[in-house]
Amino acid sequence: MTISRRAILGTAAAATVATGVLPRARAQALPTLKIGVLNDQSGPYQDTGGLTSVICAKQAVEEFGPAAKGFNVEIITADHQNKPDLAVSIARQWFDRDGVDMLLDVPTSSVALALQSVVREKNKVYLNSGAASAALTGAQCSPNFIHWTYDTYMLAKSTGGAMVKAGGDSWYFLTADYAFGKQLTSDTTALVNANGGKVLGSAEYPFPGTTDFSSFLVQAQASGAKVLGLSNAGADTVNSIKQANEFGVNKSMKLAALLMFITDVHALGLDVAHGLNLTESFYWDLNDRTRAFTKRVLPKTPKNWPNMTHAGCYSATLHYLKTAADMGAAEAKKDGVATINRMKKMPVDDDCFGKTTIREDGRNLVPAYLFEVKKPEESKGPWDYYKLVTTTPGDQAYRPLAEGHCSFIKT
Amino acid sequence: MFMIFGIPGPLLFGQLLLGLINGAFYAMLSLGLAVIFGMLNIINFAHGALFMMGAFVSWMLLEYLGIGYFPALILSPLIVGAFGLLLEKTVVSRLYKLDHIYGLLLTFGLALVVEGLFRNAYGSSGMPYRIPEAFQGATNLGFMYMPNYRGWVVLAAVVVCFATWAVIEKTSLGATLRAATENAPLVQAFGVNVPRLISVTYACGVALAAFAGVLAAPIYSVNPNMGSNFINTVFAVVVIGGMGSIMGSIITGFGLGIIEGLTKVFYPQASATVVFVVMVIVLLARPRGLFGKAA
Amino acid sequence: MLGFSRTQAIAFLLMVALVVLCPFVLYPVFLMKVLCFALFACAFNLLIGYVGLLSFGHAAFFGMGSYLSAWAVKQWGVSAEVAILLGGLMGGSLGLVLGWLAIRRQGLYFAMITLALAQMVYFFCLQAPFTGGEDGIQQVPRGRLFGMIPLDNDMAIYWVVGFVFLAGFLLIHRIVHSPFGQVLKAIRENEPRATSLGYRTDDYKLIAFVLSTTLAGIAGGTKALVFGIATLTDVHYSMSGEVVLMTLLGGLGTIFGPVVGALVVTAMENYLAQFGAWVTVTQGAIFMLCVLFFRKGLVGTIGGWFKLAL
Repeated sequence: MTISRRAILGTAAAATVATGVLPRARAQALPTLKIGVLNDQSGPYQDTGGLTSVICAKQAVEEFGPAAKGFNVEIITADHQNKPDLAVSIARQWFDRDGVDMLLDVPTSSVALALQSVVREKNKVYLNSGAASAALTGAQCSPNFIHWTYDTYMLAKSTGGAMVKAGGDSWYFLTADYAFGKQLTSDTTALVNANGGKVLGSAEYPFPGTTDFSSFLVQAQASGAKVLGLSNAGADTVNSIKQANEFGVNKSMKLAALLMFITDVHALGLDVAHGLNLTESFYWDLNDRTRAFTKRVLPKTPKNWPNMTHAGCYSATLHYLKTAADMGAAEAKKDGVATINRMKKMPVDDDCFGKTTIREDGRNLVPAYLFEVKKPEESKGPWDYYKLVTTTPGDQAYRPLAEGHCSFIKT
Repeated sequence: MFMIFGIPGPLLFGQLLLGLINGAFYAMLSLGLAVIFGMLNIINFAHGALFMMGAFVSWMLLEYLGIGYFPALILSPLIVGAFGLLLEKTVVSRLYKLDHIYGLLLTFGLALVVEGLFRNAYGSSGMPYRIPEAFQGATNLGFMYMPNYRGWVVLAAVVVCFATWAVIEKTSLGATLRAATENAPLVQAFGVNVPRLISVTYACGVALAAFAGVLAAPIYSVNPNMGSNFINTVFAVVVIGGMGSIMGSIITGFGLGIIEGLTKVFYPQASATVVFVVMVIVLLARPRGLFGKAA
Repeated sequence: MLGFSRTQAIAFLLMVALVVLCPFVLYPVFLMKVLCFALFACAFNLLIGYVGLLSFGHAAFFGMGSYLSAWAVKQWGVSAEVAILLGGLMGGSLGLVLGWLAIRRQGLYFAMITLALAQMVYFFCLQAPFTGGEDGIQQVPRGRLFGMIPLDNDMAIYWVVGFVFLAGFLLIHRIVHSPFGQVLKAIRENEPRATSLGYRTDDYKLIAFVLSTTLAGIAGGTKALVFGIATLTDVHYSMSGEVVLMTLLGGLGTIFGPVVGALVVTAMENYLAQFGAWVTVTQGAIFMLCVLFFRKGLVGTIGGWFKLAL
């Protein structure tokens, strides 16, 4: 009887696959902490986070020098392509088969939210730098989680609140019609109203896929509002700003980019982006410490200067390693909740954000800086894009604990 | 200011005009598709990727060679058209003997490859491309400010579309082409080099897409995903217009742009879906499309 | 046996053996993903391989089945097998409606229409509140089988998935090798002739379409339970493209082709996840190579070398 060809095929295919999914045997004397950086490396957010986040995490490891403290650190990375199910699949495999202890970055709110239950189930550590949704420390909070760099509430309060105070008391929103955009609009609306402003309307455009915002911009102009709030991110923001310039909207309205990174400003160019107001929690030229950090990391990522997401990956990794050294790496590997609790207790201090504290619900209270984009003639060097307008200190920038309805916090 | 159905008149006219501008892109893109399908019976799924290449080539011409917009309007379609010619000779020509489905699958794969390569090389954020000096600024039409550049887009699109239609339907070259698709051996017996004619036709369809890409570059940021954002609507346009009909694609393209513009005023969330709703209605009432030839 | 030829029967038994043994050696969650997609690809293959209809929008049925199953378990607390069947029901009913619209045309037109209709479904899923938009339906519990057996353990749910896959596979095989299946083949070979023989070809095609979409819905529902999430990815046209790729790579119209194709594509995606954008390029390149040189797919070509019909 001939051996079925199908069997040979099947075994060959299985063998190819097995090398990818079998656990790797490790024989090392020191415990190894494994960090998995999961973000978008091929889609609209590949420059906002992407490989630069990995480089910043590696920078933190290098500076910390774990071998001297008694353990090794390994960093792996994967592209979640902004798909929640793919991310869940990768995370499960990382935890089950690859021995990953800490999950880092994870932009795109839908993906970030989907991973909460997986991390909780496996009792690992989840440090999110890239995602926006404030629900991550609110209704969807988790004791295994810290939200490191920013969130929708902070953006709304800083950009929205500050702009109202500066005279922009009537708003019109251009909203990406999905959970993130709608949440950003509603958070900002609440803050505009709370500061005595008025919202005259909102145009919701289909997401993803809309590249032409002309009709929505024309509606915004017709409303007569003083401020155009852009509740979108990435390529949408870049496109809507370009087209706002084209239609002269920026002459009659101030543009508030509710979520924008320095990498987006770079993509737009100063001649189009000048005058924009946006909030980030990190800027490379903010003070001596940030400049020092940027100088250290820039040779490894020359084309993509660090934005707040990248800085957050560095900062979170550094603090994680400090905590692991403090409690013992083996202990840190065993219990994610214990590690997070320890991280919350230890003071955070690094070159990117300075001294900050982490709240019980997992919110890292970094300060919010409202920036205005410089005009081309005001910029004196590469990536010299921002001037600081106002600072909201960390303890005031975020949603109050009581309003979050986080289930594991006893108020 | 007068109101129509509760919408201020100026706003309505403004949106109609914007819809017309969008329609110009739909018309040009579906024209290229219709030419390739009508003449060669290939569904060119790579059309969106070629449109994107047109925009990227014009950006590259500016970035690396300092060549500006107006030369790019001619150079980019030539370059991408030449690429299309190469594609046709090496890859696409093998499909003519096969079931049509393989054409669709091959071009789908091609689109993935092209878009993936560009994404690897240039990222997804997009490259800025400035509106040329001659068209900067806007004209006050009374009911809205229309950017001059967009007016130019409509004009260029209308001219190119009707020129193409005229060549295919009204010239002897076009007649030969149409004959070749119906009965290639016979036409070849008349001494016409049919394979070359077909290659050139494919290249021209590709060049049309690239031309649309150059027109689009200053409006949308030049990024690898710009093609796939358009391609689904364009396919719906082609189905509605009737898959082989040139005039059908042009009229449907402009028409759908206007319908989409109206939807944005009255019910914005549906503006992406309305094209497909129209398609379903047309398919129920007239399965071969508005201008299509009976199968 | 069961309508298999001798070689096919051996191959089938080997497949069963692999399904039973592999989870002890390989990662069960990965295998379950392969099995769900294999079922999806087999359902798709029923249409293209045996009826000759290329549906470029099959993700709509897979995804809607996924959503309904997820919703049923999360909101209504039904047991797992009911959820999966509901997924199938969703796929089938949607298939009836969309199929009736699309069947009116053939060939390329049919493909284009299914693509555009699937886009409509996608936009509906984007807007409808119950799908959760971009977030999808998350934190879906695995539920209990027959209301009693909890499926949280990976191995426990693996047996369910394995059973569903094998049952679906056998069902497709029976359909193809029945008198009904013979008529379908006749329609694929020469539809006007079939019509002239008195068969109402549109009805046959529609039934085949509904069967295919029902199984696609079952595959979707199973996947939602395994991963605890149903998202827009499941209804996006790139998912439709992926199932075409799996079937094409495996071998259109072969029995085991879609299974092999699903295994290879899923494994490749797994492996290449670390290389980011190269996944898309690789998939596109495979598409092109298959169409140009490899139209019979892996199983078809290898079967051809050894003169076996697999």
